[in-house]
Amino acid sequence: MSSLPKSRPMLLASLDRRSWTFLATLLAAGIIVPVANLAVEPGHAAHLPSYAVALMGKYLTYALLALSVDLIWGYCGILSLGHGAFFALGGYAMGMHLMREIGPRGVYADPVLPDFMVFLNWKELPWFWWGFDMFWFACLMVLLVPGLLAFVFGWFAFRSRVTGVYLSIITQAMTYALMLAFFRNDMGFGGNNGLTDFKDVLGFDLQSDTTRAGLFVFSALALAAGYVVCRVITTSRAGKVLIAVRDAESRTRFLGYRVEHYKLFVFVVSAMMAGLAGALYVPQVGIINPGEFSPANSIEIVIWVAVGGRGTLIGAAVGALTINGLKTVFTSVAPNEWLFALGGIFILVTLFMPRGILGEWDVLKARHAAEKRERIATGLRRMRAAAAEGAHLTSAVEAAE
Amino acid sequence: MPLLHLFVFLAGLLLSGAAAAQTLEELVQKLPDGGFEDRARVIEQIAATGDERAAGILDRLAARELEVLKADGRVVRVVKEGKTETAVDPFSGEKIAELGRRDTQSIKLNNNLRRAIEKALGALRLGAAEPAKRLEAAEAIFRARDASQLEALDAALATETVPNVAAAMRRARAAVTLGSNRPEAEQIEAIETLASEGGRDALGILAAAMNAESPAVADAARSAVADFERRQQLWQVAENVWYGLSLGSVLMLAAIGLAITFGVMGVINMAHGELVMLGAYTTFVVQEIIRTHAVWLFDWSLAIALPLAFLVSAAVGVMIERGVCRYLYGRPLETLLATWGVSLILQQAVRSIFGPNNREVGNPGWMSGAFELGAITITYNRLWIMVFALIVFAVLLLVLKRTPVGLQMRAVTQNRPMASAMGIRTGWIDATTFGLGAGIAGIAGVALSQIGNVSPNLGQTYIVDSFMVVVFGGVGNLWGALAGAFTLGVANKFLEPFAGAVLAKVLVLVFIILFIQKRPRGMFALRGRSVEQ
Repeated sequence: MSSLPKSRPMLLASLDRRSWTFLATLLAAGIIVPVANLAVEPGHAAHLPSYAVALMGKYLTYALLALSVDLIWGYCGILSLGHGAFFALGGYAMGMHLMREIGPRGVYADPVLPDFMVFLNWKELPWFWWGFDMFWFACLMVLLVPGLLAFVFGWFAFRSRVTGVYLSIITQAMTYALMLAFFRNDMGFGGNNGLTDFKDVLGFDLQSDTTRAGLFVFSALALAAGYVVCRVITTSRAGKVLIAVRDAESRTRFLGYRVEHYKLFVFVVSAMMAGLAGALYVPQVGIINPGEFSPANSIEIVIWVAVGGRGTLIGAAVGALTINGLKTVFTSVAPNEWLFALGGIFILVTLFMPRGILGEWDVLKARHAAEKRERIATGLRRMRAAAAEGAHLTSAVEAAE
Repeated sequence: MPLLHLFVFLAGLLLSGAAAAQTLEELVQKLPDGGFEDRARVIEQIAATGDERAAGILDRLAARELEVLKADGRVVRVVKEGKTETAVDPFSGEKIAELGRRDTQSIKLNNNLRRAIEKALGALRLGAAEPAKRLEAAEAIFRARDASQLEALDAALATETVPNVAAAMRRARAAVTLGSNRPEAEQIEAIETLASEGGRDALGILAAAMNAESPAVADAARSAVADFERRQQLWQVAENVWYGLSLGSVLMLAAIGLAITFGVMGVINMAHGELVMLGAYTTFVVQEIIRTHAVWLFDWSLAIALPLAFLVSAAVGVMIERGVCRYLYGRPLETLLATWGVSLILQQAVRSIFGPNNREVGNPGWMSGAFELGAITITYNRLWIMVFALIVFAVLLLVLKRTPVGLQMRAVTQNRPMASAMGIRTGWIDATTFGLGAGIAGIAGVALSQIGNVSPNLGQTYIVDSFMVVVFGGVGNLWGALAGAFTLGVANKFLEPFAGAVLAKVLVLVFIILFIQKRPRGMFALRGRSVEQ
């Protein structure tokens, strides 16, 4: 241990047994899914169809998004009802790169302008589209744009101590305003239709199975990396302060901590993670439109976290996968009843499972462990009593003899 | 004496003979004769007869329906029906004969004659018996700006008694004067008339007069146009204020119930919009029943729907409070999520029952139509909704300030533990408050059904705006909701002309987000212990 660099122990110390299980599961999924899709013959029982790979890749990006919400809600008490906005901004940044990469293969075959701009009769690329033909620049923007918005928004909000439901409401207003703005054609982001018709990314055809499997692997890696980052943050000293802020903000402030700095830091990190999730989501789904900004989407993310277990990180991912799995099943079996089910989940989870799946699991396990301990303790007591009795008897017998 | 008698008799005979020569029938008969100038004179004479039928005849002449029968030289009106042409009497419409192609000859017109007809017609119409026709004639002259009508206008003006017709004639006269080569003083006077009474149509005429040869006239026109535009801007402002107030009253209706529940219980009811929607659908159901069973009640449909909508939404509201919110006290964020779940269920329920499409809710007679106030049009439904919003506001204010329940609600708002210690059943007050807020949402739905679409998404369209009103105005304060709603409404409508509807809304949202930074508790912040939970 002592021979390792200084940062390693912190990183390793932040990962408990459950973390290793989670990461191992992700790794396994990252290997098995592509193999089952690419190497196993179609028709074989173990073959995974391509649409399933894309679907699961999408879920993984949702899981990353849920993770980012859990980081601020579960550990800092910031309930953002606008996290979909950061997700969508990351998605748009990636979408813009993919649009530029279409190049002259678009319907209007303009080498520079995306189709919708030609359609709108625009003559040149707006300034905010510059540089998006370079992949590294787009990747930078995927993190930078949501991060910057979160920084500005958070700086204003946390500095003036907007908290609780007020913060939730204005984050909702933020994503609503962005949705209205992106619906406008003049904004230069494709208006109503958004960005779509992508051809390839870095030269790899987006329709091909290998690219999809690759994107799946990248999503799994991103989720793993996001998890490790969250874990490092929450187990560090700063993480303890964050939890203090969640539980008693004023008290933490009176103890001398600059509460708003901690909040701002974690809010920006979370927004960047959401942006990354959006960037991985877009090439797998093939479209990004202003609907992603809708307030309903953002609230749904929160319920993923609530279902999985707020403040457990892994729970957020579990919740996202569970709800979306349910959604996929439901919408194919009984599309009209899905909203009933989702609404019911919202109510039941908040009323009866406030700790979420993972939280309840922990409680059960703790109770089980306590019972076990109790049983062992009573057993021991009895044995001791019996032993004492025995000793007593022995001594009585000895005395009688 | 007999000689005198004879003379008088003869003179009378002569005069009557002369007069007889001037009857409309005979003049019409003279229409085809002579050169164009002679015929122009005949047209003038026709106009001068003052005969009621003269205008009709001239109209037909202008439309080239009058033709001459070759057989006897009689002037007839030719009516075409399909391929057959029939000659009818120009006055009585009595059928004379069916015509072959070459049986008649048309009466030729040239531009001079046409002008003469127009002029004669103008004079005739200006003298028509019905004021509406005279008004129409004056407006026609105003549009045509025909200098030849000046004398006719003067004559008509002298005898005109109906004020708005006289005004139209003055306008027409001024327009005509401006176009003619009348003296400067008269032209300037005409400009003044047009500027003060002209309306939007006069602007073009005045703008044209800005290029007049005489500098005095051009100056007068220029200042008149500037004045006019200034006035127009003022009206524009007034119109924006009106639309803003109208939007504000809608926002207030949607938000006021939210303000109460949020204020008293500190929870955001995300299902509030759906309670509004339930109110709108109640209206729809009431109207459907009235349409099938008692059509005569239709004008009363809203009055019937109001209490029903209140009850329906209030019942659902109490159910939400007792079933969900009660268990989540002290956890506002969880309440928010749970009520969002309720809203999803309500939405889907309505979609399943009534279908996903817009439903038609009619306006009763007294809600439809509009009237003009100056240059702005005010529709009755918006006016009544504003009145209604203010009434609701006043009633709520009375309930909160003058009733025991209101007193208890305020007590719970300001300090829940203390109110509880004083013997107020806070749980019961919570349920009542929630029911009241929900009921208000229901009657807001009745009002909104009159101006917008009734669809399962109705609630969603208002929910973010209602939150903004509450957050902007300040929580638990009715005056805050009032001020917030009207400020946002007016601000929105003032931004719209510059930025467009969508961008205006975005700007308002951005403004609120910034405003919250400055005053995190809204305009009318509550003071007291509840501020820091």
